[in-house]
Amino acid sequence: MNIKFWSILSVIVGAALFVSYPVMAEAIDWGIGLQPSATSSENRIHNFHNMLMVIITGIVLFVMALLIFVVLRYNKKANPKPSNVTHHFLLEVIWTVIPVVILIIIAVPSFKILYKNDRIVEPELTLKVTGYQWYWGYEYPDQDGIAFSSYMVPTPDLKDGQKRLLSTDNVVVLPVDTDISVLVTGNDVIHSWAVPAFGVKIDAVPGQINETWFRILKPGIYYGQCSEICGKNHAFMPIEVHAVSKEEFKAWIEKAKEEFASNALEGGYQTDDRPIKLTALAYK
Amino acid sequence: MSDHDHKLGFFERWFMSTNHKDIGTLYIIFSICAGLIGGFFSMVMRLELEHPGVQYFLTSAGEPDGDLWNVIITAHGLIMIFFVVMPGLIGGFGNWFVPLMIGAPDMAFPRLNNISFWLLVPAFFLLLGSAVVGGGAGTGWTLYPPLSSKLGHPDMGVDMVIFAMHLAGASSVLGAANFITTIFNMRAPGMTLHKMPLFVWAMLVTSFLLLLAVPVLGGAITMLLTDRNFGTSFFNPEGGGDPILFQHLFWFFGHPEVYIMILPAFGIVSHIVSTFSKRPIFGYLGMAYAMVAIGVVGFVVWAHHMYTVGMSVDTRAYFTAATLIIAVPTGIKIFSWIATMWGGSITFKTPMLWAIGFIFLFTLGGVTGVVLANAGMDVQLHDTYYVVAHFHYVLSLGAVFALFAGFYYWIGKMSGKMYPEWMGVIHFWMTFIGVNLIFFPQHFLGLQGMPRRYVDYPDAFAGWNMVSSYGAYLTGLATIWFIFVVFYTLRYGKKASDNYWNVEPQCYTLEWSVSSPPPFHQFDIQPKVK
Repeated sequence: MNIKFWSILSVIVGAALFVSYPVMAEAIDWGIGLQPSATSSENRIHNFHNMLMVIITGIVLFVMALLIFVVLRYNKKANPKPSNVTHHFLLEVIWTVIPVVILIIIAVPSFKILYKNDRIVEPELTLKVTGYQWYWGYEYPDQDGIAFSSYMVPTPDLKDGQKRLLSTDNVVVLPVDTDISVLVTGNDVIHSWAVPAFGVKIDAVPGQINETWFRILKPGIYYGQCSEICGKNHAFMPIEVHAVSKEEFKAWIEKAKEEFASNALEGGYQTDDRPIKLTALAYK
Repeated sequence: MSDHDHKLGFFERWFMSTNHKDIGTLYIIFSICAGLIGGFFSMVMRLELEHPGVQYFLTSAGEPDGDLWNVIITAHGLIMIFFVVMPGLIGGFGNWFVPLMIGAPDMAFPRLNNISFWLLVPAFFLLLGSAVVGGGAGTGWTLYPPLSSKLGHPDMGVDMVIFAMHLAGASSVLGAANFITTIFNMRAPGMTLHKMPLFVWAMLVTSFLLLLAVPVLGGAITMLLTDRNFGTSFFNPEGGGDPILFQHLFWFFGHPEVYIMILPAFGIVSHIVSTFSKRPIFGYLGMAYAMVAIGVVGFVVWAHHMYTVGMSVDTRAYFTAATLIIAVPTGIKIFSWIATMWGGSITFKTPMLWAIGFIFLFTLGGVTGVVLANAGMDVQLHDTYYVVAHFHYVLSLGAVFALFAGFYYWIGKMSGKMYPEWMGVIHFWMTFIGVNLIFFPQHFLGLQGMPRRYVDYPDAFAGWNMVSSYGAYLTGLATIWFIFVVFYTLRYGKKASDNYWNVEPQCYTLEWSVSSPPPFHQFDIQPKVK
């Protein structure tokens, strides 16, 4: 009940604040809210954030109202003689207990989304992600070990529809309506694989494999960026995911097997030593 | 008294000082100078981020210079934390006013006090110097390996930063020991712990946090140092080490560190709110013990900085719960300040403006902290500009507001000269508007997914970044104005009386009982507290 209640309330508050959610699942000019959700995990995060926004906006407005009242009512002109009350037991209990209650109201859905978004029982597809300085390596271990690396497209090479600092040369293709497990590790320093529309951000730590999961609900193009400082080109190793129907995904797999055949050696993916064309990164 | 009043030479007075007020003054001057440098770095960053694309941070070949960018953000963070806020609030106001408020002639260990300050100066030069050694340390202030290991930074820049932190850390720990001893042993007769001014309480709790947290940082960076230079592998996975271990050690220090910066601010704001409302602080004991509670709980929430590193879900659930709890004592403080103003007879002098600004903006920064506390939510916002907005609201608009509040509140006491009121008011409003323009839009950028520590960003983020940069320029102007106010006050300021704010008996603290500026050694006759 209460998620729905909060959603409705937040829509009202949102409308009041002239918040309009865009249709496309990416950052937009002058956008002020979360990117539109594309996964079940992100849906939960959206609902939770909507509720949090109502609560924190309420608290800030309440404190602001108190301050304004105090400033107007108890300035020197309005109240020349100060009171000497320094304790009020009940009041102090109230302003301790009410925050506790609010925190419990926050904590319950918080734990719910934390546990629900944490793990799936039976992944239908696994994607392995490896962070390198400064690109991402991708493997599909249960699809004959398709493997490739993914670099940012330098600005001068951008084609129509590609986005500066977001589009990559090889994109990650994933099926919709599929529980996808993502295994993430780092090869050199720590990176972080993040796609805001999926509600996913997981560090790529050398010597450790982290796991997360998501289920994409809508076909589309989704972008993410490295989210842990990793050196010189930290800002230049984006993530581009194309979510397609299951049929299209199967077709892509067949094509990718050929295209990336040379990468699918025993032992899987090989480190890519292509130099990054830095000059080409400069923005004109 | 002749031996107390003997004239010291310039070098003897300022370089060999054992006087808490002179050392406090040195700390404040140091803090302002470091603040200008750290602030200059933020101006440079906002200049670069005003428009998408890389305009200024370019190598000679015209490529984006991500390394230089990382060095600047690292230096900005370390300078602001270790060389501006801590020296200003703890070394500066702490040194000046803890002995005065408890009726002590000086700190317990005056020569230790001297070395505390003079360790900070070489630390600062080591940090600045690191920028020109092998391209500098572009690790972020968090110094996470393997980026800070030989792998990510083969040159000696990071080693110099580690030594800088060693010295700054030693300075802090010695200072903390000094404060604890002073507060426990040198209070005037009659001043029980429960009668101690709240600023002194704040400094006491802060000192304990420093004493317990900073050595952990020292250990962590020493392990990093031996990893880098002597072939150990504490944090190196190839040798069986764990990069995440560093993060745990770092944040075991790093989280108490944020309270180290904000607790003295709480103390200053309490005094100012009380003085200008002409009311004793509301719920004094609650205020004192709220700080103790924040200090204690602050030690068991560190991993909320690490929700995305791959900790087990139960661990994240625990840190979510523990972190949320901190909102309770913080709420007590906010409401007690408002209750102190409630029923008061408030005058809105510059220090009070900063204090009210602090209360409001700290609340705003606090509620975004509640959002970030939730591990499930933090996945969305971790390492985005939302976090940048959050911690600048509590530190840049919290701790730094308290620095300015304390400065205007006590400059008359410290220098004997009053600042012109209108000048302070202009400084406040310029800064207030400026910093809100900088940081409020950064919430939007973070929600939209803009990662932090980026030299360039996708074009969709251009709008709010531009607004943010304009805010930074306004704040920069305000800071130049502040420097002018400082010089004007010291040169032309009107003479300050002993109790120039007319602090009422119910809000009185002992610094108002001495002259402005106080004599070189105060309290020749020990004051008694009823």
